[in-house]
Amino acid sequence: MVHGEAWTVKEFFVLPNEYIYWSIQIVLYPFMTGLVAGAFVLSSLYHVFGVEKLKDIARFSLVFSFALLPVAMMPLMLHLQQPLRGTYVMLTPHFTSAISAFGIVFMTYACIVASELWFVYRQHFVETVHVLRDKPQRSSGETLRMNLYSALTLGAWDLSDKALHRDHKAVTWLAGLGIPIACFLHGYAGFIFGSVKANALWMTPLMPVIFIMSAVVSGIALCIVCYIVTMEIRKWRIKRAWRKKHPGACSLTAEELRGVQAFEVKMTSRYLLIFMVLAVVLELLDIIFRGYTAVKSWDILREVIYGIDFTKIFVLQYGIGNLLPLVLLLLPGLTVRRAAIASMLVLFGVFMMRWNVVIGGQAFSLTFSGFMHYHLPIIPHNMETFKEGLTGALLVMGTPFALFYFLNKIFPVFIDEKAR
Amino acid sequence: MKRRDFLRQTAIAVAGAAIPLSALEIIDPRELLAARPDLRWIFLVDTYKCVGCGMCVQACKKENEIPLEANVTRTWVERYVITSDGQVHADSPKGALNGFTTQKIDLNAAGERKIDEGQIEQGFFVPKLCNQCENPPCVQVCPVGATYKTPDGIVLVDRKWCIGCGYCIMGCPYGVRFFHPEYHVAEKCNFCYHRIHKGMQTACAFACPFGAREIGNLKDPNDPVTHTVMTQRVGVLKDEFGTKPQVFYIGLNKEVR
Amino acid sequence: MKNHIWRPLLVVIALVLAILIVRAIVVPDDFGVHEAGYMYGWYREGNIEEWKDFKVKYQGSAYCAGCHVDKVEDRERSRHGFIECENCHGPAIDHPEDPPALNIDTSRELCIRCHSWLPYPTSDRSSIPGIDPATHNPDMECVMCHDPHHPNLEDM
Ligand code: HEC
Ligand code: HEC
Ligand code: HEC
Ligand code: HEC
Repeated sequence: MVHGEAWTVKEFFVLPNEYIYWSIQIVLYPFMTGLVAGAFVLSSLYHVFGVEKLKDIARFSLVFSFALLPVAMMPLMLHLQQPLRGTYVMLTPHFTSAISAFGIVFMTYACIVASELWFVYRQHFVETVHVLRDKPQRSSGETLRMNLYSALTLGAWDLSDKALHRDHKAVTWLAGLGIPIACFLHGYAGFIFGSVKANALWMTPLMPVIFIMSAVVSGIALCIVCYIVTMEIRKWRIKRAWRKKHPGACSLTAEELRGVQAFEVKMTSRYLLIFMVLAVVLELLDIIFRGYTAVKSWDILREVIYGIDFTKIFVLQYGIGNLLPLVLLLLPGLTVRRAAIASMLVLFGVFMMRWNVVIGGQAFSLTFSGFMHYHLPIIPHNMETFKEGLTGALLVMGTPFALFYFLNKIFPVFIDEKAR
Repeated sequence: MKRRDFLRQTAIAVAGAAIPLSALEIIDPRELLAARPDLRWIFLVDTYKCVGCGMCVQACKKENEIPLEANVTRTWVERYVITSDGQVHADSPKGALNGFTTQKIDLNAAGERKIDEGQIEQGFFVPKLCNQCENPPCVQVCPVGATYKTPDGIVLVDRKWCIGCGYCIMGCPYGVRFFHPEYHVAEKCNFCYHRIHKGMQTACAFACPFGAREIGNLKDPNDPVTHTVMTQRVGVLKDEFGTKPQVFYIGLNKEVR
Repeated sequence: MKNHIWRPLLVVIALVLAILIVRAIVVPDDFGVHEAGYMYGWYREGNIEEWKDFKVKYQGSAYCAGCHVDKVEDRERSRHGFIECENCHGPAIDHPEDPPALNIDTSRELCIRCHSWLPYPTSDRSSIPGIDPATHNPDMECVMCHDPHHPNLEDM
């Protein structure tokens, strides 16, 4: 069976070689890069523009953005027919291709995020090493931690005020530099699609901008959801500590935490709203413009947009993914729970948008008189349907959380401010 | 060091790090040199002569080791039937590997359509193959340089270098590319490069009993194919993409896409 | 160390150097920009030779004539004279080392590729003598009555 045949059903006149070659992994790829870029932009709002109110969520989203980084590459790797040759993108890059330039931009971006993370956590590394070194008896875990942190300091032990001030400045600069590059990174993901002149649905200069907007939207939404979840866990832990009569274990009370949480969530969802409106406006502009100019491809696009993909586009993406959360967020008296639900719906909406672009762009034939229907492989029966099926998708979606769990051990997201 | 200097130097260093050595080769004087002045392969298809027997498709698959049963093919034949109500009925069952043996139009998942013989205004066959574009969009989008245009104008795929991202398949407006079911790399028609440079015809042109397919050299004024292309009204497919396709068609219709 | 701020940059530089070293080892020497420029001519030159060395399979009827004189002459005089032998018999790659490897396809499918009647006015298809495979002696192979190498009805 040839690649793509397992999940493609052709209808009417479709060319013999046409299949849905870009499937679920390519849906996830811009979704994941979007989350990376969005999370980073959120953290930068604090570091660069000094939006003090976002302080607590800023560090969180930076670490999360770092956890998402390798995951943005994962779908590409899973999608490649020759995954072992993936590095050729770096070795013999062909810059006229958006994918190859993407490799470079991605690496640059990764370096910036890693550096910023280093500057943010250097103080923590050094302090922890000092504490551990002074300990008379260390467990093997602690020794490992000490060695790891020593290595991670890269030999920069200076904790003088001047040095710390430098750290701080560097973070600001890097975050500032990071914003355009994050946008570039994701704009590039949009460019990968927007520049395919053979595809009538994809080819529009708006594509990169649309992608950036929805990237920021999804990134912020994910940060809100994860932030709420981690805060809930913290609250739960504190309560348990209280119950076990170890109130000293935590410096913040559950009440205080709740206050912080509600405040942060409210602030962040305001930014979410702004970017969401921008994203939706651009997407609608695209559709309206296509309908108005109605070039040759419009006949088939109309059938896809208003016909076979109607539910996916207008009900799932715009209705449940955009309109509903918009209402939820705009209604007065925003609660944390409602913000969480709205954010999850937004995430779903952005995912559907990626789906409708990637799969929808392949839903019609180059002949303009045939359709291709996509059937996501649920149960894998070979490598291909494993990689490019539900299992592969879940793998990709689960990885950032697993990574975040481990990264959080190295870069603790919630360093107690009071403990300082 | 001043902070401003730091920023500037960081920016330069990051930008520098982002450009590997290869990128510097972009500025290469050889780029200005024209490709081979004596050879540019072109192809001529006569849609009147084609009878839709599919011998070309079969020969192509056997010559180029594409499994017969795999539902992908380097070349294929399309059938167009235009009825008096102006409707266009088109199909290409299995790429016409076994020819067209029935009047029913194959609609894939939608079944078959019977066409009333008296209603037929036009009925003809259009063989398709790679257009070996002068500006191949598939090459432009290859991220690793695994597909390229040879000096004599043929677009080849390097099976040892292709990473299988599928971008070229997406980038081709003609749908001639696919993944090879055994090598798992991008695959496409290359005008039987191994044959034409030995002075033979392409396998499809060789197999066609009716002379509907011909290979020629655009740079040779005495070449009969070049002569036809120069002196007759020939069309190309989808020139609106700016690809400058090099497969020319006699008797092309606007319905052909 | 005067300023620790450069430390991450050193790591990045080391990374880039590592990539460049790997590149020098892995990428073949003939990989580079060729005649068509960076956009269309960025490739490994050795690959052109690899494609040229691809095995030729179809030989042509002139080759068959060396041994199957009768068949070739018969066919040339017939109304099937323009059909290459290998269209019906498959490519004669290593023939005649292994004669049975060559295909003798006596199925009706082979003949109806051309002979199934299709009423297409703007195609030469309608000028081929056609039959309706469903009614023209179904259940029998065409070659039982027609000689594929010399099908002329007047000589039947
Ligand atoms: C070097 C001599 C030679 C050439 C050239 C040659 N053949 Fe043959 N061919 C043979 C021999 C010997 C046999 C075996 C005869 C037998 O078994 O009766 C044979 C057998 C065959 C058979 C019957 C196979 C079978 O299964 O019994 C076919 C069909 C055939 N050849 C076709 C061709 C075609 C088509 C060509 C041209 C592309 C060709 N041959 C070129 C020598 C040749
Ligand atoms: C239209 C299709 C067709 C073409 C063209 C054709 N053949 Fe055949 N050939 C057949 C079929 C069908 C048979 C089997 C005949 C039978 O079983 O009665 C056959 C049988 C043969 C055989 C072996 C059986 C025998 O009768 O000895 C040889 C040898 C052969 N062909 C050679 C050739 C050569 C050489 C050419 C080219 C000059 C050629 N054929 C062209 C269809 C074709
Ligand atoms: C590649 C297409 C093609 C294939 C395959 C083919 N034929 Fe033919 N055949 C033709 C054409 C074209 C003519 C008419 C030639 C002419 O008019 O000069 C013809 C003529 C004939 C005739 C003679 C009709 C007449 O009026 O004299 C018969 C009988 C015939 N073919 C039988 C067969 C059989 C049996 C087979 C299968 C072994 C076969 N053909 C395979 C193309 C084909
Ligand atoms: C039982 C023997 C028999 C079989 C089997 C047979 N034919 Fe015929 N065929 C004939 C006879 C007899 C004629 C001439 C009389 C006629 O036109 O019906 C003929 C005529 C033809 C003609 C010429 C029609 C015309 O109008 O000029 C073609 C083409 C043809 N046959 C192809 C085939 C094909 C293809 C097959 C296999 C699918 C086949 N035949 C099977 C006996 C047969």
